[in-house]
Amino acid sequence: MLNFLEPNRIFVITSKAPKYVFFLFVIVFSIGLTEALFLSPEDYKQSHSVRIMYVHVPSAWISLGIFSIIAFLSILSFILKNKNLPLISKSLAPSGFVFNIIALVTGAIWGKPTWGTWWAWDARITSMLILALFYSMYLLSWKIFKNDEKVTKISSIIAILGVINVPIIKFSVDWWSTLHQSSSVKILSTTTIHTSMLIPLAIMTAAFTLFSILIFLMKYNTELIKIKNKGLDRL
Amino acid sequence: MINEIFLMNGYGIYVWSAFSFTLMSFGSLFFITKLQFLKERRKFVQKFGLLNGEAIKVAKSQKINQKILEGVLSSKI
Repeated sequence: MLNFLEPNRIFVITSKAPKYVFFLFVIVFSIGLTEALFLSPEDYKQSHSVRIMYVHVPSAWISLGIFSIIAFLSILSFILKNKNLPLISKSLAPSGFVFNIIALVTGAIWGKPTWGTWWAWDARITSMLILALFYSMYLLSWKIFKNDEKVTKISSIIAILGVINVPIIKFSVDWWSTLHQSSSVKILSTTTIHTSMLIPLAIMTAAFTLFSILIFLMKYNTELIKIKNKGLDRL
Repeated sequence: MINEIFLMNGYGIYVWSAFSFTLMSFGSLFFITKLQFLKERRKFVQKFGLLNGEAIKVAKSQKINQKILEGVLSSKI
């Protein structure tokens, strides 16, 4: 049923793709940085500090997106018993974790000039910190447990439990009174951010997505070669 | 002009440190991942070199092994 997920087939594509993705990433990221740092206007209230948004917001979005994908693949791997799905999840996790850390750190840097503090136990920040803990547990589970079946089960359980936190992060600004403002970029209703800021934000999001794809491909290829190394030992 | 770009009305320190942290994180993650990949591929080549007659035939018959070795060759060019 999931023949297209067979590692031999996937490797033909994933072994060639990184150089093209890298090339595309460099172009999009360069445009994004120029827009974000020099061309986009300053905010009437936050002045130039608003530029931090162009790294903070895409990082947060991508870390949430990657964790949701990991959880979805974990549920699928429980149902389909496919061995490649946990490998895809494992390869996605490092970039998701790094984006989570970038969101937390750049958020703290943005918080100082905007709120007057580096850190607050605000619902959005706290739930993002909890997401970082789930990412850490997920990555550690792959380091600690060596038995393939056991680690797949444990890491999947961590991902499925952790994904409960994702809607909490998303709606925390609506459910609780927090320092964060409510969403400006909406899919189902009108976006309240001006185009002059929305365009650089979209370009930076595209660049960050390309970077996470690049890291995923490199990590996935590494994992496949690791498996092949074990296979050579058995020959 | 240059001052405006670097100082950004006094927010330059925050903006530049946020972007620098992001770039450093990208660089570190990229190089760590690349090093892990090269390490595993080196291991694969070493193990492949130690195989004898029949085992080489079996290993070479697998498309993925051929692709890994092709990658080693093309990256040396």
